[in-house]
Amino acid sequence: MSLIHLVILSPFLLAILVPFAHKYFKSIHTGWFVLVLPLVLFIYFLQFLSTTMNGETYTSTMKWIPSIGIDFVVYLDGLGLLFALLITGIGAMVVLYSIYYLSKEKEALNTFYVYLLMFMGAMLGVVLSDNLLVMYSFWELTSISSFLLISYWYHREKSRYGAQKSMLITVFGGLAMLAGIILLYLMTGTFSIRENIANVDLITSHELFVPALLLFLLGAFTKSAQFPFHIWLPDAMEAPTPVSAYLHSATMVKAGIYLVARMSPVFAGAPEWFWLVSGFGIATLFWGSFSAVKQTDLKAILAFSTVSQLGLIMSLLGVGSAAAYYDYIGENAYTIATLAAVFHLINHATFKGSLFMVVGIVDHETGTRDIRKLGGLMNLMPITFTLAIIGAFSMAGLPPFNGFLSKEMFFTGMLQASEISAWNMETLGMIFPVLAWIASVFTFIYSMILVFKTFTGKYQPEKLDKKPHEAPIGMLIPPIILASLVVIFGFFPMLLKGVIEPALYSILPSNVLSVEVKIYHWHGFNTELFMTIGVILVGVLLYLTVAKWGKIYEWFPQRLTLNKLYDGGLVALDRGASAFTKSHMTGFIRDYLVMIFAFMIVLLGVLLFSTDAFNVNLTNVAPAGIYEVILALVMVISAVTILFVKSRLAAIIALGAVGYSISLFFVLFRAPDLALTQLIVETVSVALFLLCFYHLPELSKKMDKLRFKVTNFIISLGVGLVVIFIGLSVNSSKLFESISSYFEAASYKEAGGKNMVNVILVDFRGFDTLFEIAVLTIAAFGIYAMIKLRLTDKKGGVKGESK
Amino acid sequence: MILQTTTTLLTFIIVIFSVYLFFAGHYTPGGGFIGGLMTSAALVLLLLAFDKKTVQNALPFNYLSVAAAGLMISIITGVIALFFDVPFLTHTFGYVELPLLGKTALTSTLPFDLGVYLVVVGVAMTIIQTIGESE
Repeated sequence: MSLIHLVILSPFLLAILVPFAHKYFKSIHTGWFVLVLPLVLFIYFLQFLSTTMNGETYTSTMKWIPSIGIDFVVYLDGLGLLFALLITGIGAMVVLYSIYYLSKEKEALNTFYVYLLMFMGAMLGVVLSDNLLVMYSFWELTSISSFLLISYWYHREKSRYGAQKSMLITVFGGLAMLAGIILLYLMTGTFSIRENIANVDLITSHELFVPALLLFLLGAFTKSAQFPFHIWLPDAMEAPTPVSAYLHSATMVKAGIYLVARMSPVFAGAPEWFWLVSGFGIATLFWGSFSAVKQTDLKAILAFSTVSQLGLIMSLLGVGSAAAYYDYIGENAYTIATLAAVFHLINHATFKGSLFMVVGIVDHETGTRDIRKLGGLMNLMPITFTLAIIGAFSMAGLPPFNGFLSKEMFFTGMLQASEISAWNMETLGMIFPVLAWIASVFTFIYSMILVFKTFTGKYQPEKLDKKPHEAPIGMLIPPIILASLVVIFGFFPMLLKGVIEPALYSILPSNVLSVEVKIYHWHGFNTELFMTIGVILVGVLLYLTVAKWGKIYEWFPQRLTLNKLYDGGLVALDRGASAFTKSHMTGFIRDYLVMIFAFMIVLLGVLLFSTDAFNVNLTNVAPAGIYEVILALVMVISAVTILFVKSRLAAIIALGAVGYSISLFFVLFRAPDLALTQLIVETVSVALFLLCFYHLPELSKKMDKLRFKVTNFIISLGVGLVVIFIGLSVNSSKLFESISSYFEAASYKEAGGKNMVNVILVDFRGFDTLFEIAVLTIAAFGIYAMIKLRLTDKKGGVKGESK
Repeated sequence: MILQTTTTLLTFIIVIFSVYLFFAGHYTPGGGFIGGLMTSAALVLLLLAFDKKTVQNALPFNYLSVAAAGLMISIITGVIALFFDVPFLTHTFGYVELPLLGKTALTSTLPFDLGVYLVVVGVAMTIIQTIGESE
């Protein structure tokens, strides 16, 4: 255990102390105690910058389960560090923001910060673990803490619904990823990501390559809210705004991005990976931006915007994976897509974080997030307005903010993708830049709606619950920092070179030798620039006429939405499971018996004939004497009588006849002990049957014949046949000599008895007898208890309680 | 009256037969199980001929305890073997000079069988008495 393990686990340790701080320092907002930790961690991780910038990595191992290769291995490289800095940096700002957002008196702050710290630690664990199973453990911990945070206001039904939805979808993906991890382990025999990357040839040639790839992508897509798994993210907006800002814009939803980036060296280069990652990414990008325009809730706009931006990053990672396959246009042409992905990852975290905080401020100060009620807040909240402008313009991809740079690079990447001359890209390639462009237009529109519908237009104070005014300074500081970063990264993108470059080396495969990070505002008049100009022109036009064409959203059939599908699926699952259970769990013992016997027939019969075990060999069959034949006839007649007689009394007597003929058989086959016992036992049981018969209630005592039922007939016939077949087969193939000759020889010599049966019962196998008499005793006690112990009186009440 | 007189006579014969079956078990057909059932048959006959109270006064046994005692005896027989450093339920036998019977073969399975006998008597009587008593 080294310092960095302690660093990753420190949020959990602090989470233990939070309730104490909350309880014993009531006058201080608990958030202040928490704030220190992410700040310290941020500074701690900054120290590693120099390590990764030199191309070095840091590894540290803590033994956990060494016997099966599961150790807590921390592996810190460019990618991990980038995420760690995002997590701690934005974490600190979110904690600061939440101090002013959540009221000390009204909210349960201790649980909030415990969950938040749990999430922070889990997220650090995800991005810094080298061992896949350790990463998976942290991965599920993020799902759980996110579940807890979404349902923070658990008395609201919508919160619980959103939490359940996100839990079901992300855990579904998480389990798929676990299966993928196990498949990888089967291929390479190691859980370590680095060793898997080292064995990439082994993996790509393995037949389990594609299943593992699909399972990993399922995990990444569900976590990162890719189409069609994005539906949980808008419903997760029921969480407090700091949570939405932290989890659902900057960190947790990027865990899937992280996974794709991290596993790129293993899977990239395969057409399946390229098509799935970039295809789902671009679909998500389009669908998210398209859906965001119709939303009326500010957080819903941001949720769909997050979905769309995550799709953008995902598609860039997909296109970038082509670098692993080949590079034919110039030097490392596709690495620019990966570069754009990493750069946009940072940009998105900055502007989306600030936008969520802005929306939180608007919500906090006006009491609503509905854009139909908002308007004209520009003069009342000038600072918030400025922050919103910066964030939204960056999101729309306007110069001079950082969003413009990443959008330009995004277009470059997509244009290059259309020039890939493999994997059917010749025919389908043009879809990429076209979809990207359309999605960017929609992005522009919803960004403008976000700002101008909220802050300009007519001020409607009568619709607002509170009198709006500028937010307190503490609430403004975090978005101000983030917005300044938007501007700074916009003007000086090369500042990020030291962070981006090592991250690129982690993502790209080793056959890419050199990556040069060059991000400039001005590239001259190229296609990308004209595309951006087109986005702005068309976007402005569409924004102004949104009232006219907005009706297209109503064309889309409401019944076919993915949410309806999800809800319907849950209901159908519930009903289906219930119907399935009801279909065979009828509560009637006769149905269960039919199932048990049918299963027995199928299992034994199929086994008997499929393994060729059935054979009839009559060589060692003893000749049947006249007595046996007569006795057998008597038995069969009495057994058949049981089935066809009308009265129960006759059935009981016929049963007795069967029993006595068995005892006669014992006599015939020279088993005097058995004959004696059978005789007496049969007498006793017939007496007991008669007793039962005598006590039957009058009302239902219908002297009916047994009704004929086809199922029962077939089942009984089947059971009989199967047992006969098995009996014949067993008798026909004796594999070895019986051990009875030993008992014959030893019963007098060693046990001093001449009655072999009795000697076996009490001496050789006395243990069985001991427990048989135990069974008898238990039966006696049971009968005694059942008859004597009457807890319910005749009215049905319980005796002890009625007093 | 005839029934009761016959019963008193018959019961003795049946009990003696059952005791014979019990002791003969090691050499000829019989043993604890059949012996026990026979004895209970004799007791049932008594129950049929007389009422339950009379039988209870003449033979004041709690048959549940009889069954428990039988189980106990059988287990103890097995446990004793452990003291002689042999596995559970190891039996032994030998010829002993008894004052009345002379040279007799005695085996440690006899107490085990006695346990079986008592259990069977106890169980059979418990079942029959409990069911008979219930309304």
